Amino acid sequence: MKNPSVDTHLLPADSGTIGTEPLLAVDNLHVEFTTRQGVVRAVNGVSYALNAGETLAVLGESGSGKSVTAQAIMGILDMPPARVPKGEIRFRGTDLLKLSENQRSQIRGQQIAMIFQDALSALNPVFTVGWQIAEMFRVHKGMSKKDSYTKAIELMDRVRIPAARQRVNDYPHQFSGGMRQRIMIAMSIALDPDLLIADEPTTALDVTVQAQIMELLAELQRDSNMGLILITHDLGVVADVADKIAVMYGGRIVENAPVHDIYRNPAHPYTKGLLESIPRVDMKGQELYAIKGLPPNLLDMPTGCAFHPRCPFRQDNCVTDVPALHAISGTRSSACHYWREVLDGTAG
Amino acid sequence: MGRYVVRRLLQAIPVLLGTTFLIFALVYALPGDPIQALAGDRAVDPIFRATMREMFHLDDPLIVQYGYYVQGIFTGDFGMTFRGVPVSTIFEGKFQVTLNLALMALVIEAIVGVGLGLIAALRRGKAADTAILAFTLLLVSVPTLVSGFVLQLVLGVQLKTSTGIDFFPVAGTSEGWRSYLLPGLVLAGTSIAYLTRLTRTSLMETLRADYVRTAIAKGMPRRRVLGRHALRNSLIPLVTYLGADLGALMSGAVITETIFNLNGIGRQLFDSVYLSENSVVVGIVTVLVLIFIAANLIVDLLYAVLDPRIRYE
Amino acid sequence: MSDTLTEQKPVKPPKQKRPASLWSDALYDLRRSKVFIIAAVLIAILVVMSIIPGLFSPVNAFDSSTCDLTIARQGVSSAHWFGTDNLGCDTYSRVIYGARISIMVGVFSTLATTLIGGLLGLLAGFYGRWTDTVLSRLAEVFFAVPSTLGALLILAVVGRDNAGIWTVVLALSVLAWPMVLRIMRAAVMSSKSQDYVVAARALGAGPGRIMQRHILPNAVAPVIVVATMNMGVFIAAEAALSFLGVGIQSPDISWGLMIADARNRFLQAPEALLFPALFLSITVLAFVMLGDAVRDAFDPKLR
Repeated sequence: MKNPSVDTHLLPADSGTIGTEPLLAVDNLHVEFTTRQGVVRAVNGVSYALNAGETLAVLGESGSGKSVTAQAIMGILDMPPARVPKGEIRFRGTDLLKLSENQRSQIRGQQIAMIFQDALSALNPVFTVGWQIAEMFRVHKGMSKKDSYTKAIELMDRVRIPAARQRVNDYPHQFSGGMRQRIMIAMSIALDPDLLIADEPTTALDVTVQAQIMELLAELQRDSNMGLILITHDLGVVADVADKIAVMYGGRIVENAPVHDIYRNPAHPYTKGLLESIPRVDMKGQELYAIKGLPPNLLDMPTGCAFHPRCPFRQDNCVTDVPALHAISGTRSSACHYWREVLDGTAG
Repeated sequence: MGRYVVRRLLQAIPVLLGTTFLIFALVYALPGDPIQALAGDRAVDPIFRATMREMFHLDDPLIVQYGYYVQGIFTGDFGMTFRGVPVSTIFEGKFQVTLNLALMALVIEAIVGVGLGLIAALRRGKAADTAILAFTLLLVSVPTLVSGFVLQLVLGVQLKTSTGIDFFPVAGTSEGWRSYLLPGLVLAGTSIAYLTRLTRTSLMETLRADYVRTAIAKGMPRRRVLGRHALRNSLIPLVTYLGADLGALMSGAVITETIFNLNGIGRQLFDSVYLSENSVVVGIVTVLVLIFIAANLIVDLLYAVLDPRIRYE
Repeated sequence: MSDTLTEQKPVKPPKQKRPASLWSDALYDLRRSKVFIIAAVLIAILVVMSIIPGLFSPVNAFDSSTCDLTIARQGVSSAHWFGTDNLGCDTYSRVIYGARISIMVGVFSTLATTLIGGLLGLLAGFYGRWTDTVLSRLAEVFFAVPSTLGALLILAVVGRDNAGIWTVVLALSVLAWPMVLRIMRAAVMSSKSQDYVVAARALGAGPGRIMQRHILPNAVAPVIVVATMNMGVFIAAEAALSFLGVGIQSPDISWGLMIADARNRFLQAPEALLFPALFLSITVLAFVMLGDAVRDAFDPKLR
């Protein structure tokens, strides 16, 4: 990707997209952490883009860098120990990394919002849920206490929390897990953000509740035309809602494609492995596939392709050469030297 | 919340009974002649001995004696002095002095301790943090016994002789609240160190909490994230520590009151020990222990007010 | 936060060779800790001072013939480095000889409370149920009495004639053991539910063996931490009790007692008070620093 000229001033919220500039473009992002044991390179040149109204699922296991990337977009990484040595995060054409902390906190919550995995710990235990939602209106819009609470109740209704008016003064621990996540969602969409990042929003929930939350997110997105980034380790959860998928491994994107293409025919051995390890009704009775080996140690990354120690398609050059993200069609790319073989299903 | 309060109050009863029994047992059930023990080094007149034996119900079984002792406590009767004056009359006026001193110490402790702790937490790992931690180490290491005399000499006497500033009275309570400044500082010493460390850890913990990250993600200004979201949570252990410390400060005031010649119950305790008026010693210790337990109980209830998770248990 | 670095914690750096167990890890950290080294040196000096005071002072402070009333309450001089006290005794030699009481009270009170509290805590934590209920309630009762205050009461009742180092140790220990019990109990209970202990029990290991092999090694660390920290507290408490007149009695030499003796003439002749006070503070500081260093070494979470 080429770098278009960077706007240093903030754009009005309704400016939409300029020419071909997407809503969000992450470009060659690097994030590293300084730890006692050494420097951990958590994100190594990640790029992805998202348009308004689009849903991108970022898929990967713990340590793949998917959440760190999201936190970098949000600007909530602890720096130090985190550092962004390289890369750009352009939101409506403006590189967020070049903004001051003050300007960024103006964007956070108002234009880019985030939902976290564990709503119980993500909500402040000593304030009522109403207070926490209303705070968005009071601080960002300067509303009165009364008006902001009315808004909070409206939002709680909108995310379908029963008896919102009665429950507005309850504390987070008095709600069930699913209801708490709805409160998180209500808080995040309070100011109609253009981009919503959901970091494993359903991981801590029961399967039935998971589906309801995903449905709610999809519905809210359709209504408001916001961009949605769904971070998950679970392919099954995002299949119905996502437009495209970015698969991450060892701090890099290994495959990038529209959702049906990935399901129909993955172009990276890691994605292939993930798909094959999903239990399927039509494969009943067969042994479930599991990717061999362990996720890479971020302090001691394998040479060459990070996936090579676990890869059934491995050749000698995988151990030495880092594969670039090859474009394999207009909409797809794969970071595998042997993506053709993976697509054909030969070897492995 | 009602259930929590009731449960907590019920839980306090066995501790209260046990503790009073412990004090009772330490004094009256120790081998030897309790009358002689109460009289200290003095010789005891046989007639007096008989009266005392009856007054303290010493010829009854131990458990009955304890019953009388507890009954006395609940009716505000803490026994008699050697000269036949009720111990409770000795408390008059002195209790206020000790309370004033403890409150002064608490205020100093809260301001200095929380202030230093906040600075340390926000400058974690930097020079200010290291310096504050080293300072708390020093503070813990200097016993009241030492800091009392040293501050009396340096701030009370030498400051006056060298600069003419006569701000810290060194003895007595004639100067109103200023009389309590120096002794309050001395009494607060160790507690300042603990509170500083507690504030530091507590704030560092909350700063790492997920809900603080949420507040940042909500676009809250840094000051609001710290002042509202983080501090409100860090305050819970601090307030409870301060509450419990009030009881500890009152019972720890003996040395400070002695050094600064404050006429409180601590000083009275010292005098009574010196004069071997053991019945007064027992009475004062009983009162102080009861205050200590009460303070801890109130703190537990305070906890419920501050932390909704306990309130709605 | 599904993939923050906390999940990467078990990862050990490949190059840096470091010992693996908690104990060797802790010892490794201690040897590199400046605070620990300073504290250890100070304590070593104090221990030698308390065993062979003659090494530091040519004057035997217990020999009253060395005192000379005609030179009472003198300031610092070449003959009397720390001046002289009310009775014309050499403050320097008395301060040196006073170390013994402080160290002994610190060591023996710590030993007593650690043994009592540790044993009861082990039983309460290991057997649980009514053993735990009884012991915990008992500890709560003792805990409710502030220990210096309680010790003051006990010593006042025992009387001055019977007061001495062992009664002080006893009075301090009687009320201070519950803290050790709490720590030990918590540590035992948490290590008891660890998978490897459950596994050992499932394999038929008896309670004695489980305690000795699996639980004690893990529970001992926090107890050591609290024991080291208590040492300084006991030393300060002894000084306070002796100052108040119920602890160590003359002719024994205790820093608290020296401070009490010098108190009335403090503003005129501060040396006689300040030097024992200085030694008392340094001693407490040494143990507090030791406790701090030991805690940091055993509890990596707090770093």
